[in-house]
Amino acid sequence: MLRNSPPGTADIGALERKATQLRRHMLTMARGQGQGYIGQGLGIADTLAALYFHELRYDPHNLTWPDRDRLLLSTGHYSIALWSALAEAGIIPVEELATYGADNSRLEMSTLDTTPGVEVIGGSLGHGLGQGVGQALGLRIDKSDARVFVELSDGEMQEGSTWEAAMSASHFKLDGLLALIDCNGIQADGPMVLDMEPVADKWRAFGWQTAEIDGNDMKAVVGALADAREGNGKPKAIVLRTLPGKGVPRIETSEKSHFFRIDIAQWDGIIAEFEQSAGAAR
Amino acid sequence: MSGAAMEAGRTLAMGQDEAIGGGRQSVEAPFGKALARLGQSRPDIVGLTADLGKYTDILPFRDAFPDRFFNVGMAEQNLVAVAAGLARTGKVPFATTYGVFATRRAYDFVAIALAHSNLDVKIVAGLPGLTTGYGGTHQAIEDLALMRMIPGLTIIDPCDATEIDAATEAIAEHRGPVYMRLLRGSVPVVFEPGYRFEIGKARHLRSGSDVGIISTGFMTERALDAADALRKQGISVGVLHVPTIKPFDAEAVAEFAASVGRVVTVENHVVVGGLASLVVETLFDAGIAKKVTRVGLPDRYIECGAVPTLQAKYGLTTEAVIATIAALK
Repeated sequence: MLRNSPPGTADIGALERKATQLRRHMLTMARGQGQGYIGQGLGIADTLAALYFHELRYDPHNLTWPDRDRLLLSTGHYSIALWSALAEAGIIPVEELATYGADNSRLEMSTLDTTPGVEVIGGSLGHGLGQGVGQALGLRIDKSDARVFVELSDGEMQEGSTWEAAMSASHFKLDGLLALIDCNGIQADGPMVLDMEPVADKWRAFGWQTAEIDGNDMKAVVGALADAREGNGKPKAIVLRTLPGKGVPRIETSEKSHFFRIDIAQWDGIIAEFEQSAGAAR
Repeated sequence: MSGAAMEAGRTLAMGQDEAIGGGRQSVEAPFGKALARLGQSRPDIVGLTADLGKYTDILPFRDAFPDRFFNVGMAEQNLVAVAAGLARTGKVPFATTYGVFATRRAYDFVAIALAHSNLDVKIVAGLPGLTTGYGGTHQAIEDLALMRMIPGLTIIDPCDATEIDAATEAIAEHRGPVYMRLLRGSVPVVFEPGYRFEIGKARHLRSGSDVGIISTGFMTERALDAADALRKQGISVGVLHVPTIKPFDAEAVAEFAASVGRVVTVENHVVVGGLASLVVETLFDAGIAKKVTRVGLPDRYIECGAVPTLQAKYGLTTEAVIATIAALK
């Protein structure tokens, strides 16, 4: 039975290669539909690689294992990133990724919890963190040491329910709850329409142990996750500064990176650009 | 009803309720007592509230099981979200707040975090319909209509202390999300201890042929009193009590309606979207062409005041039911 559990040291190079593989899956998936939330997916790839291939404790063959760590993807539209991670983790077949966003596919543009490996219905932003609080309370009642990781976004912090949940997590001293806040600086209407800075100070003020890092620096991501293992009575927040479209210069610099739609013919150019940039990084 | 409150014609302090029940015996906090009793044999039951524990009768459960009780403060979206998370770890959360907050304020969470995933969370909502003098902010006059639109949500509007006790047990057994209206404090006993509550089943309480009352919630008590009074005037009135709004017992309603001359719906709710609408839809679907007269709240916000004054003004009394039926042409 295969189970991930936090090892002492991480192989940063191997995790970076996993992140590249996740990005490769995502680009292939977006090419199939000619569109998708590819900017967000490419930006969060490093974090998902660190979680699924280093930090999370789970068994891909026993998804209802009560003592599994949970990852709640509150931003349901980041599904493209989750599907690629679940495929690499052996939870869904890699071949199925080609169905992303197609009619009758389990791999929707926004997550539903009917797909294996999905812990929560994301997409109605502001829902994830409160449900993470509830899961952490339930695990505490069960005396389980499983942890709950909630991915949310900078735009999502504008939903008041995010802060209702943040208040309650520190009140209940949920030190096994981690908020992974993807600050990529974009939201539906463009660059942050409402200023959320200073983000880290807000979480500290709400009683969270907070780190702020470059979310596309694997070493920093792994280090922040390691620091967050401490059982000190405080919930943990990691503010991830990420670049939407990371790995594909044409998407990184696009003003339309919230929802990227181009002709299928141009995707081949995008993928070539990605492979060139991934090769240079190697 | 309380004579003192009636005479003074004043709004009582938050948490105080004018006694309703027309001289019947009553039980204190039947919901909280039932939940605390169930908690003994059901370690999976947990309690939650959003700063309204004292006002939703859940404190007997908190006192018995402090480690399984969570007060999330004034945050109803988070109340529902946290309950959803607890349910995903195998718990059966009972979450209390007022009906206005559970519906208007937390609607997206009830719909998406609970119902969409069919999670096992029971929302128990105080101050249903017109049971507080605190005005439109606190009177959940349209909660049944709002919640009816949520797929897979079970909705209960109990009549009395006996039914609240039985329904609390039934919804704890039922798998899936539930919205139950709460009658709090001193709740009258209308039904005998042997009364059987079953989710989704209407109860035929009185037989009659001239007029058939279809009622829900505490208005069934008033419907029964009205039926008894009208019988003395020579009008034969039947009563069908429908404590489950969803899933609706359409079969029993259609059968009952077909057996009477006229149909009158009686509910502690606006007359659009709730019981009256359900009955009309049911009769139409069944091809029963019968005029339906609606007793309930008007489609408007209601002012502050003493509950007995307001209930009399807006027709939620035995007298109003009698007058409506006596005036039927």
